[in-house]
Amino acid sequence: MTDEEGKERKPKQPNVAQDVGALLTGLKTTLGETFRSPVTLQYPEDKSVRSERYRGRHYLRRYDNGLERCIGCELCAAACPVGCILVIAAENTDENRVSPGERYAKTYEINMLRCIFCGYCEDACPVQAIVLGPEYELSDTSREKFIYTKEKLLEPLPPDVQARLDSKK
Amino acid sequence: MTQIYNDPIGHWVVVVVAMALLLFVVLTATAYTVWFERVALGRIQRRPGPNRVGPFGLMQLAADGIKLAFKESFVPEKTDRVLYVIAPTIGVAAAFLAWTVIPIGLWYNVQYWIADVNVGILLIFAVSSLNVYAIVLGGYASNNKYSLLGGLRSAAQLISYEMALGLSLVPTFMIVGSLRLRDIVEYTVTWGPYHGPIPLILLTPIGFIIYLISATAETNRTPFDLPEAEQELIGGFLTEYSGLKFTMFYLAEYLNVITVSTLAVLLFFGGWYLWFVPPVIAFFVKVVIMIFVYIWLRGTFPRLRYDMLMRLGWKVMLPLAMANVIVTATILVATQG
Repeated sequence: MTDEEGKERKPKQPNVAQDVGALLTGLKTTLGETFRSPVTLQYPEDKSVRSERYRGRHYLRRYDNGLERCIGCELCAAACPVGCILVIAAENTDENRVSPGERYAKTYEINMLRCIFCGYCEDACPVQAIVLGPEYELSDTSREKFIYTKEKLLEPLPPDVQARLDSKK
Repeated sequence: MTQIYNDPIGHWVVVVVAMALLLFVVLTATAYTVWFERVALGRIQRRPGPNRVGPFGLMQLAADGIKLAFKESFVPEKTDRVLYVIAPTIGVAAAFLAWTVIPIGLWYNVQYWIADVNVGILLIFAVSSLNVYAIVLGGYASNNKYSLLGGLRSAAQLISYEMALGLSLVPTFMIVGSLRLRDIVEYTVTWGPYHGPIPLILLTPIGFIIYLISATAETNRTPFDLPEAEQELIGGFLTEYSGLKFTMFYLAEYLNVITVSTLAVLLFFGGWYLWFVPPVIAFFVKVVIMIFVYIWLRGTFPRLRYDMLMRLGWKVMLPLAMANVIVTATILVATQG
């Protein structure tokens, strides 16, 4: 048997003491670990602390006077890399004023099965209407339920997210 | 008691009741060994292990058992049906048979056994060899290449390590002069002021090391779990087994773990004798510690390669065991004449 330099390679001499020592070191290591506390998080009961910038499910925000922020510009839909946002805009009239601008989103749907939670929609929005909240447990029982409609997206934000957004102003 | 034993019918009643009691105790012990292993392995890997079903996850085994029992009893096509069904039965039967002669220490002069055979340990070796049949037949009957490979590996492995296992205990027999397990436990020495039973590991430490390694190989446990070898052989001889038949193999494996642990305690650690500790507790604690040692080994070492396994068996274990016999014999002749 030869190696790269063409020299004879000696067969490795077994060193029993060293090998047994290595085995014992392994045993010592595992026994040591046994007495340390488990690092497991008991998930449904305990949850890991998420970053305050965590990107979970989306929310549509309102102004303090109750008007929707969304002006139906569709920039979020344009920015979305997977095309999971559908916005159909309609004109605001004096009788039916939904948002302060000229137009509002008549339909606003997000397909959560497609969404990759990149947050580009939040970045693209000129009026900070859409934000990504902290919820990540979005499992459901049918595909239809993953199309989040405007009613669902307009749910009030969790207070901690609201506080973060308020402090940024 | 002797009167009942002398009466032919009374004798059978006693034996059957003893068997039923032992079956219950051993099955419960097996269930909790599985729990203990899962918790211990978990702790080694810094996980809590099963902790959902019941307090500390103690009912996990009941849940698993119910699940396995209600699984579809599936027999793959083109299998040898008779052997396919018989194989796990042999495994369980062999594993249980060993317990006929194992004495369980209850008090200083009270032990529990079904049969007090004067060649007890030979009987244990004989029935534990039957385990090979379970694995080889299971592997062959499954009509699956992975099963067959697992079975063949197991045959080679068990035959290789059985010799070392047997020879590792010969020094113990030579020192004690009996094959009866009770006599081995009650072997007493007079060392100066001390007169009483001793753990025989003090006299045959090398025998114990060989026994520990060979017994791990005999029970097909990591690092010698080549017949199963999940990564290379899917599940080896277990690949085509599911439901209750799988449970039987699984049961047999853990029963064998308890058996070899108990044997180690009886043969090397003085059985139920431990200073002033009550015998039942001493016996139980010792067996649990031995079981933990096997789990500890499993949690530490990776699986051996096949050629390493054979080399270790034939070129290290067997010569070492033989040398141990010869050296012990020489010392015995020199000291006792």
